[in-house]
Amino acid sequence: MEALDLARWQFGITTVYHFIFVPLTIGLSLMVAMMHTRAVFAKDPVRKDSWTRLTKFFGSMLIVNFGIGIATGLVQEFQFGLNWSEYARFVGDVFGAPLALEGLAAFFVESVFLGLWIFGWGKMPEKVHLLTIWLVAIATTLSAYFIIAANSFMQHPVGAMLNNETGRAELDPAQGSLLAVLTNVTTLAAFPHVVAGAWLVAAAFVTGISAWHMVNHHNRARTAGMGSVEGEQHHHMARDVFRPAVRFGVVAMFVSAVALVVSGDFQAKLMFEQQPMKMASAEALCETQDDVPFSILTVGGPDAFTEDCSGVTHLIEVPYVTGILATNDPHATLQGVDDLNAQYKEQFGETATDIHGNEVEADYRPNLFVTYWSFRLMMGLAVFSGILAVWALWVTRGKGEKARTSGSTWLKWYAVLAIPMPFLANSAGWVFTEIGRQPWVVHPNPDDPTIRLMTMQGVSSHAAWMVATSLIAFTLVYGVLAVVWFQMMRKAALQGIPIPTRDESTDELDTPTLSFEY
Amino acid sequence: MLDPTVLQTLWFAIIAFFFAGYFLLEGFDFGVQMNVATFWRRGPGTRGTILKTIGPVWDGNEVWVITGGALIFAAFPEWYATLFSGFYFALLALLLVLIVRVCAFKWRDKVDSVRWKNSWDVVHIIGGFAPALLWGIAFGNIVSGVAIDENRWVTTDFFGLLNPFALLGGVVFVLLFWLHGTLYLALKVEGQLRGDANRLAEILVLPTIVAGAAYLLWFQFAYSNTWWTLIPLAIAAFALVAVLPLNRMRRESWAFAATATGIVAAAATLFAGLFPYVLPATNDPAHSLTVANASSSEHTLMIMLVATAILLPIVLAYTIWTYRVFRHRIRDDAEAPAPGSQLMEKAKKGYREAFQQD
Repeated sequence: MEALDLARWQFGITTVYHFIFVPLTIGLSLMVAMMHTRAVFAKDPVRKDSWTRLTKFFGSMLIVNFGIGIATGLVQEFQFGLNWSEYARFVGDVFGAPLALEGLAAFFVESVFLGLWIFGWGKMPEKVHLLTIWLVAIATTLSAYFIIAANSFMQHPVGAMLNNETGRAELDPAQGSLLAVLTNVTTLAAFPHVVAGAWLVAAAFVTGISAWHMVNHHNRARTAGMGSVEGEQHHHMARDVFRPAVRFGVVAMFVSAVALVVSGDFQAKLMFEQQPMKMASAEALCETQDDVPFSILTVGGPDAFTEDCSGVTHLIEVPYVTGILATNDPHATLQGVDDLNAQYKEQFGETATDIHGNEVEADYRPNLFVTYWSFRLMMGLAVFSGILAVWALWVTRGKGEKARTSGSTWLKWYAVLAIPMPFLANSAGWVFTEIGRQPWVVHPNPDDPTIRLMTMQGVSSHAAWMVATSLIAFTLVYGVLAVVWFQMMRKAALQGIPIPTRDESTDELDTPTLSFEY
Repeated sequence: MLDPTVLQTLWFAIIAFFFAGYFLLEGFDFGVQMNVATFWRRGPGTRGTILKTIGPVWDGNEVWVITGGALIFAAFPEWYATLFSGFYFALLALLLVLIVRVCAFKWRDKVDSVRWKNSWDVVHIIGGFAPALLWGIAFGNIVSGVAIDENRWVTTDFFGLLNPFALLGGVVFVLLFWLHGTLYLALKVEGQLRGDANRLAEILVLPTIVAGAAYLLWFQFAYSNTWWTLIPLAIAAFALVAVLPLNRMRRESWAFAATATGIVAAAATLFAGLFPYVLPATNDPAHSLTVANASSSEHTLMIMLVATAILLPIVLAYTIWTYRVFRHRIRDDAEAPAPGSQLMEKAKKGYREAFQQD
């Protein structure tokens, strides 16, 4: 493999890996902030106690996850220099700004206030302490905004012009400059989609783990018998602690699902305008056609997709859907990959110059196999969450004394298996949008295509063995950390919430402190 | 050579400020982590107490370099591109230790087992020494320069970075941060550990002064571009020498303030001596990266200056507030109580019971 391919693999691996943890951090910090709010403002002591326990339970997992998110984020900040120095030179004037703003406006808040929240229990007024977790939640979301703004400049550059003297992109006051970059329509479309995706991850996480414990406590209460002290305690844990958490998770799943569909639809239409090649690849649409259906099953090996579209056969199709997805018009004419490729060759040249000054043949098609399947995976995996939400909502129906809990082992296992699905959907979405942008690292804006850079023109000039060394090093370290992370999350999740014990002499509820500090 | 504009000069100063802030703050975190090794035999409990002194703050301290890196990207993209691609393996090693270091902080206390804690404590020790050493080596090379070709690609390889001047820089960073972290520890704990930290500082201070003086004088006479850097150099020297009597007098906050001053003054010496370069080329001066030829456009510098001017004071305000919230000393629970201490407690309790008052 060449240095370019290795560098792309490295970026892909480190970034997808980083984005396993990030959505959970974004979504869970918000959900923990909400749990903490309910704990602080609850009037009923039982509720207050329940929400405090839930806050600490999920907060403790949030901390484990936060750690690895920060650790892997460090690499993100520096690897544009490490392996993509020519890209960094080309866009630094524009692209560096949102990254720096992210550091100044979000990272400092996130890390300082997370420290305050973790160590601040009992050290400051309750409401000030509550404010710290809210600031963490807001900062993680703000951080996502700046990163999406930076990424959107790679998808659809705005607010900048090409300085012909230096050959670099520069912020252009005449085109709105940094404000235009931050309010790029691509950003405004992608940001809600990414954040809703993060919420779905966290919501499925909270629902899944809470459902597991609710079922367990429900069954233990049955076994112990409702008259017994132990039975009462388990009944209390199932009904007053984990049932509300399940319901909270389900509501969050519905909210994020609606936000995902609306923002995704908007984003798809925008992409057909801004990056028609990407959306044609999403459908593996090789030739320009009218009345485009949406295929659900397509056969043809990876080669059939990449080499020539003739080997691709759509087996199951839903008529008109792609047309509607693209333009709201079922009969719309959509350009195919081959036509677009020919058109780009004419516009941007049959060949392109790489970093060493060699002329290389240009192919403007992304990898169709990857774009086609990652697009379907992203949407298809959502079905798991949908089933979980409806199922969990149904078994916890009822109010007050009639509030139900469930003892279904099927639900318990399904709830846990549904947890990883939104994670995978997030990864698939990013793989789709980033592979779909290829061969560009900065995709030309159709309105003003002067600012553009191909991926092969952005790579650092390193020997392949160097990149291979760092690729192996990161992959090994990340692999080990993933195992440790998973074990710790599993352990923390399985531990559940300790049953409160009532001190006989004082009748005070003793809340065992969870191992919270580090 | 192009003359630097006011904005470019200002941005160079801002970058210097961020690195000085990083070394000042994260410097004591590194030093505290190194002391996990010094006090290893006291067991995981005491090591936990040592780490707890920086528990709430290390994360915020680390953000100084993350933001500093991003600010270099925004203000001096050519510097960012050449430096981080050119120092490939040094940066790779640094990133790897910083990654596992974060995990050590966040995960060490999550499992209640001695083996688990011991393992992460080893990571803590590496996470204290290795980044200090690597930053020292990296800065030694930044200020003394590397070979750069006409594409602005660094041609010095990893072993070329390990030259005597840079290696001395690595040793100085380790010693200085170790001393700084030890004084911080003395400031943040009470009981036996506090006295031990004082004694350790006493041992560390002399080698730090000798190595630090050798390094800064070498820099001054071989690489600095101005005589003015003798001023911060003298301040750094004075501050470090002052640690000796201050530590003996057990004036812990003053001693800590002295190493803090020493670190900031040393950073000022290095950055001011580097100016107007950001990465000098040793092979051909024409290939050097300077403040003028590596920067973003004036427009970008202006926008980012406004943003920084608004956001930085807020960051400083809540950072200071955090240090206030966690200003109290902590006690080593694993430590055996000093003889007679329970007697006093008992007497007090008896007194309170007898008179029903606090």
